[in-house]
Amino acid sequence: MIQPKYHIKNGTLPNGEKKDISIENGVILSIDNVGSVASISSDYVVVDAKGSRVLPGLVDLHTHLREPGREDSETVLTGSRAGAKGGFTALSAMANTSPVADTAGVVEQVFRLGQEAGYLDVFPIGAVTEGLLGLSLSEIGAMADSIARVRIFSDDGNCVFDPLLMRRALEYVKKFGGVIAQHAQDPRLTVGSQMNEGEISSRLGLKGWPAVAEEAIIARDVLLTEHVKSRLHVCHVTTAGGVEIIRWAKQRGIDVTAEVTPHHLLLTDDLASTYDPIYKVNPPLRSHADVHALREALAEGIIDIVATDHAPHPTESKDCEWQEASFGMLGLETALSIVQKTMVDTGLMDWQQVSERMSHTPARIGGYEKHGQQIAVGSTANLLVIDPSQIWHVDRDLTMSKSTNTPYHGHTLPGVITHTFFQGRATVIDSVVQKIGEVQ
Amino acid sequence: MKHLLSIADLSAAEATKILDTATELARTSDGQIKKLPTLRGRTIVNLFAEDSTRTRISFEAAAKRLSADVINFSAKGSSISKGESLKDTALTLQAMGADAVVIRHGASGAAQRLADNEWMSGSVINAGDGTHEHPSQALLDAFTIRKHLGKGSSDLQGVHVAIVGDILHSRVARSNVLLLSLLGAKVTLVAPPTLLPIGVETWPCTFSYDLDSVLPLVDAVMMLRVQQERMTELFFPNPREYSRYYGLNAERMRTLKKTAIVMHPGPMNRGLEISAEVADSARSVITEQVSNGVSVRMAILFVLLTGSHLEVGSM
Repeated sequence: MIQPKYHIKNGTLPNGEKKDISIENGVILSIDNVGSVASISSDYVVVDAKGSRVLPGLVDLHTHLREPGREDSETVLTGSRAGAKGGFTALSAMANTSPVADTAGVVEQVFRLGQEAGYLDVFPIGAVTEGLLGLSLSEIGAMADSIARVRIFSDDGNCVFDPLLMRRALEYVKKFGGVIAQHAQDPRLTVGSQMNEGEISSRLGLKGWPAVAEEAIIARDVLLTEHVKSRLHVCHVTTAGGVEIIRWAKQRGIDVTAEVTPHHLLLTDDLASTYDPIYKVNPPLRSHADVHALREALAEGIIDIVATDHAPHPTESKDCEWQEASFGMLGLETALSIVQKTMVDTGLMDWQQVSERMSHTPARIGGYEKHGQQIAVGSTANLLVIDPSQIWHVDRDLTMSKSTNTPYHGHTLPGVITHTFFQGRATVIDSVVQKIGEVQ
Repeated sequence: MKHLLSIADLSAAEATKILDTATELARTSDGQIKKLPTLRGRTIVNLFAEDSTRTRISFEAAAKRLSADVINFSAKGSSISKGESLKDTALTLQAMGADAVVIRHGASGAAQRLADNEWMSGSVINAGDGTHEHPSQALLDAFTIRKHLGKGSSDLQGVHVAIVGDILHSRVARSNVLLLSLLGAKVTLVAPPTLLPIGVETWPCTFSYDLDSVLPLVDAVMMLRVQQERMTELFFPNPREYSRYYGLNAERMRTLKKTAIVMHPGPMNRGLEISAEVADSARSVITEQVSNGVSVRMAILFVLLTGSHLEVGSM
């Protein structure tokens, strides 16, 4: 099959320079000053990016694709489409599937499903412990050596609570430069917890989820990481206190990175007073002060990246009482818009920093070599085009995801992603997800 | 007013209207007329997804005294015990034409979910949702306090009420703090630090860890039930120690003001939070709370379903 060639003209790069970009054979063939190329050969498809930003394709380190096991809420294919729509060219599939991704067989299956779908790269995350049970290490080496080449290991959804097991996991992944991505949640302090513990949880009679349950684990883990000289990634940081511990660890030279989700940059715990479980998420929405601290930390780089924690659920899991409902919300299709709204439009970050937090740095943490490259001649053509001046209306009935549990239904968000290119192929054209791969 | 979900939704005037209406309705049940035709032809569903005896019976009696048709729908042996969702239960009730649903549910916010969604169009009355609120209990408590200590006025200005026990998990305490303070009373919560919620200092009340220092100051003391499951959740060393510090016994009762009353929303753990001597003493208004409950719940149904209220002395 002959790949179309693309000429993206008049676009603004993350650094603010206006350039024309030509893509051919999956790579960036040329970058020229706007209008400097006298004539474009007619076999190029021209994309006019006037007024738009051209950014490196986004890389998510935290995605729940639900396959295998819960194909009623998402599949690798539908999640890939949602990712493409949101400007992503790489996703990291969390291990809490059924069966759990704790063997080479399961991670290879997920990896292959991603390749077959063809919208982006799906990099499986392996479980730290067998069955996510927190009792014994899973076959980490076999997953690392599989065709999926797993480098990130996480029991996400569960915390690796046993300190000895956490120590061993941190040590073990040093063999191949892996990283443990910890879901920091002390299970004893959060038995039955429903929402951030504070004034609002007390008023609503919903069982509290104290910030210290997150912070105590982060503190323990950075100390363990320092002791065994390994590498730690802290999933979805939500508290101002967590930020301070990570700041301290980085100052000490501990090899720790951290992520924040788009929803924790925008939404707060007072939304729980609706008792609408669309706002029920793990870790929970926190206070305004926490949101402020997270934004500052992301701008400063104390929090290294944005990760979606895209968590699809079927309708009935949210159409019920709060305490019966599942934790989690969709994130892929709205992530960049939320980051623009909370970080760019507020003046806290520029587009260069957005590219670092959502593409370059996550690709580096995950060891995803073809992703997060600078927009330069010879780089893999993983790109997106976003018009920051346009707005769009979120409609849960129009999601590419198989599920509808977005907390932004009815919201107007800034930033319309018009194009996504994965290895030089357009997966999104004029905001419409294209048909790719075997599945037509 | 369409629903009664939380005391937080009420103004002082609205709360007083319900209490005044209850006063009027109580006079009818004291007299010759036991039954009023007010809600004839209206259907009220008691949806009790959590076990309850007194609240369900109380609402049933209230609805029947107003001539409404009552359908009881309890967890045991119903579609709820077969795993039916709240949504489907609500849609069923809607299809049967319920004018009001009285809901008791183990999940905080269940009543609000019922009211906020388009699952049904009738009035929703919260008869206790998880550890959130129990508004009708607070209204009957305020009614009882007003009757004994209201000093002739309609509000509770100057009355000091202690609420003692498991505040953390108590929907009765949450509703009472809001309502009693709304009506002008001073409220002091008394509990071990483990059973006071985080952020209690922002509530419209004061709190203390020391029952003995609070008792001589108050006009009413409301003892809360200590649930069996709290015993194993590390909130206090053991029931004996709890009782030693926070149980109301005869000796402690003697430190109360002469006019002070003792209340309990029931069911009681005799010998734990309240001793038998206290529960059966002349100061105890515990059974009166039960009878007042019927009048207050009649008033709630009256106000919500007729959109009007009664002035004191109007009947």
